[in-house]
Amino acid sequence: MERVPVLKIGDILLVSIQIDMEDQVALQLQEDLAERIVVTGCHGVIIDISALDIVDSFVGRTLATIASISRVLDAETVVVGMRPAVAITLVELGLSLPGIRTALNVELGMDLLARSRAEEYDDEQDDESDPVVVNES
Amino acid sequence: MSDSGERLAINSDQDVVRVRQLVRTVAVAVKLSLVDQTKLVTAASELARNTFVYGGGGSAEVTRVDNGRRQGIRIVFADEGPGIADLDLALTDGYTTGGGMGLGLSGARRLVDEFAIDTEVGRGTTITVTKWCR
Repeated sequence: MERVPVLKIGDILLVSIQIDMEDQVALQLQEDLAERIVVTGCHGVIIDISALDIVDSFVGRTLATIASISRVLDAETVVVGMRPAVAITLVELGLSLPGIRTALNVELGMDLLARSRAEEYDDEQDDESDPVVVNES
Repeated sequence: MSDSGERLAINSDQDVVRVRQLVRTVAVAVKLSLVDQTKLVTAASELARNTFVYGGGGSAEVTRVDNGRRQGIRIVFADEGPGIADLDLALTDGYTTGGGMGLGLSGARRLVDEFAIDTEVGRGTTITVTKWCR
């Protein structure tokens, strides 16, 4: 059985799906990613699906499951590179991928992860500081 | 009028991938638009998986068709599995007996132009779908 490689780039795990996956390959990817998130302590996962010419309900569900698992393991998932025809088909199929963050390409996906990580950090800082009085004028 | 089709057995995950690939090849050959190719291959993927998972295996036959005005593709998925007891329920979005999302059958129906289903408990299920060029 083929396996989809998971690459670590800085604080991000990058997965580029380049093959027409059998269902078992998709499930294996789900397990591999969970394992790698824990081992590396990465806080972001980018899944590039620009090479996929279809996303059916099984792959869609797998992406949603990966996003949920990542969240539980303190990592955020962004799915990038969805083709327009795939987006149209997914919505018509009835799959709107709730809970999945998307970006148009890997670069924008990395921006998104960096920004949301920075916001999280700011929030933590705010929690520790004294309440700020808003200018009343 | 139709050419004789190509028939593939569906008895594994790999066979589901083969069905997708064959349908794509034929969809390109009859010059379906890119969006229609994507819809048809996605529908074929759902139905081939159903044939394997729920029907216990079966076959898909992919045929080029021509109604005199337009070209198209017809795919017949057949299994000799348990059949579908409540067809209306099986065609409802979100209904599943297999732990999936329940979008396979209802979603596939939305992605094609013609959808016919013939099923009988204990005998099996045959689903015929057609997509026409615009």
